[in-house]
Amino acid sequence: MSDTTTGGGRDSALLRVAWKAVKLVATVALTFLGLLVVTFLIGRVVPVDPVLAVVGDRASQSVYDRVYLELGLDKPLYEQFWIYLQKVMTGDFGQSFLTKRDIVDDIARVFPATLELATVAILIGTVIGIPMGVWAAVRQGRFADQAVRVLGLVGYSAPIFWLGLLGLLVFYARLQWVAGPGRIDIAYEYALTPKTGLLLLDSAMQGQWEVFRNVFSHIILPASLLGYFSMAYISRMTRSFMLNELAQEYVTTARVKGVPEWRIIWVHALRNAAVPLVTVVALSYANLLEGSVLTETVFAWPGLGQYLTNSLQNADMNAVLGGTLVIGSIFVGLNLLSDLLYSLLDPRVRRGR
Amino acid sequence: MTAMTRREWLLSERPASRRQARLGQAYRTWLTFRSNWLAMVGLGIVLALILVAIFADVIAPYNPVIGGDLRTARFLPPLTGDHLLGTDDLARDIFSRIVHGSRLTLMVVVLVAVIATPIGLLVGTTSGYFGGWVDTVLMRITDIFLAFPRLILALAFVAALGPGIENAIIAIAITSWPPYARLARAETLTIRDSDYINAARLQGASSARILWGHVTPLCLSSVIIRVTLDMAGIILTAAGLGFLGLGAQPPQPEWGAMIAAGRRFLIDQWWVATMPGIAIFIVSLGFNLLGDGLRDVLDPKARK
Repeated sequence: MSDTTTGGGRDSALLRVAWKAVKLVATVALTFLGLLVVTFLIGRVVPVDPVLAVVGDRASQSVYDRVYLELGLDKPLYEQFWIYLQKVMTGDFGQSFLTKRDIVDDIARVFPATLELATVAILIGTVIGIPMGVWAAVRQGRFADQAVRVLGLVGYSAPIFWLGLLGLLVFYARLQWVAGPGRIDIAYEYALTPKTGLLLLDSAMQGQWEVFRNVFSHIILPASLLGYFSMAYISRMTRSFMLNELAQEYVTTARVKGVPEWRIIWVHALRNAAVPLVTVVALSYANLLEGSVLTETVFAWPGLGQYLTNSLQNADMNAVLGGTLVIGSIFVGLNLLSDLLYSLLDPRVRRGR
Repeated sequence: MTAMTRREWLLSERPASRRQARLGQAYRTWLTFRSNWLAMVGLGIVLALILVAIFADVIAPYNPVIGGDLRTARFLPPLTGDHLLGTDDLARDIFSRIVHGSRLTLMVVVLVAVIATPIGLLVGTTSGYFGGWVDTVLMRITDIFLAFPRLILALAFVAALGPGIENAIIAIAITSWPPYARLARAETLTIRDSDYINAARLQGASSARILWGHVTPLCLSSVIIRVTLDMAGIILTAAGLGFLGLGAQPPQPEWGAMIAAGRRFLIDQWWVATMPGIAIFIVSLGFNLLGDGLRDVLDPKARK
């Protein structure tokens, strides 16, 4: 560490950062390439004949042959992959057999719904999960700790789609506290001028509070459900990070100096635990994409997850692979982001230690 | 063994044979495990699942796929007559279906473990033992599989292979091995330069022999713990695929597919969708508790 103060040391530190950046970019590029290979190969083993899917089963042999050539199916596999790569790089995932539109447009249309749901969910999960984890760590082994643990275990063990159905049954059908499936009531659907595609944001910006209330009562149940699952994970990780911090010597020092206990917990220890927590939150944000596939199906939420399952059930392979690729890319992107944030926030990592 | 009870023989400080030492070690592990009552509950649930699956024909009072009288026996609520959990839209006894569904659940868990664990061990130990470019290539491939969310990748595979429980198992296995490979690699790295491995190498043992006979056994315990902890996730993924109509096909009594079928009658006949969900919940809770307990006993580093 001492060499960073000298001139030569600064140069080598710079080099190290540059080398790290190059390595990072290479890793990400390789991972993306791998994602593409996997989706490409999955697309090739499908028992569905891609030509028949385009021309229908009543087409003549000559039409069939022409489309066969157009799709490049006569070329060797590596050449097909090269064509696929070029297409994907220019944002061309092909057309959906189901909606007859470009898959990129379809995904752009449904994505805001998923983004909105996942964002509200991660807010709920973080705001509740972190204090719960801290509380469990402070009261280690006592009732509060056990309660948080049981809540987490239930989250790890219950099927999300089943909890969603139970939630609809209890809070929508029986108690009528929340609105039912969907994002918004049909009556309000055209009251908004779409801007961001995030209905909560759109309605708030346009001052349409009645619509906002409606959208909120639709989103609160699926978002709480997804939020519960990320809360289970976040609180468990917070607990273990906090236990780690509270055992450090600086905590003892602070206690000896007479710093009030709440300040030690919430300011000194939590601040240090916050660094790895950023990674955890980013990862659970990525995991919400996965949870959203099942949740969106249950709540008829018109997002990426429902688009994916609809395409799956109709053997719309282009759409499935496009959606898989998009979700995979977001996953990789969030992982990368959490890595970067980690090295930015932790001074030890920042200085290359 | 005249003056010694079996317990004393097991806990002996000076084991007279290898067998005694091994059995004694296992017995001590079991004593620690037994003191954790949550882990014992988990073990009980898993054993119950296995027993129910074996004796499904004896336990289930009705046929799981052929229903009763459609005019009188549809949608009977729980505890009517001898239908403990009620009947569904085709007048089938839900309890019998859940009991038979345990076979499918157990089959999924066992087959995924049997397929994914060896792949992970093979990739991980090879990668860690040889190092160099073999390591780089294998770990890159592993990272690519880890880059997909598991359920999404499984969905894409099932879409390609076609729906059905066999394909669901293959898809889940393909998406499950990467964490085991990572774990096995990390373990291999810590032992590959140890003296006994060097000794085996100097005696002229082939790489395959060293990997299989000396490295893999040491990676096994941590991988097995990880597999047990993953089993709940495997069950949930399989149920999710079934729920989406991509796993087991009707009339198979798979729990996830049963929830999907009961979804249409959720408001008025709530028990049709609720009961199989409770079964999934209990079983995956059991595996979670068991996995936690095993980790505490076998991997003292992780205990907190």
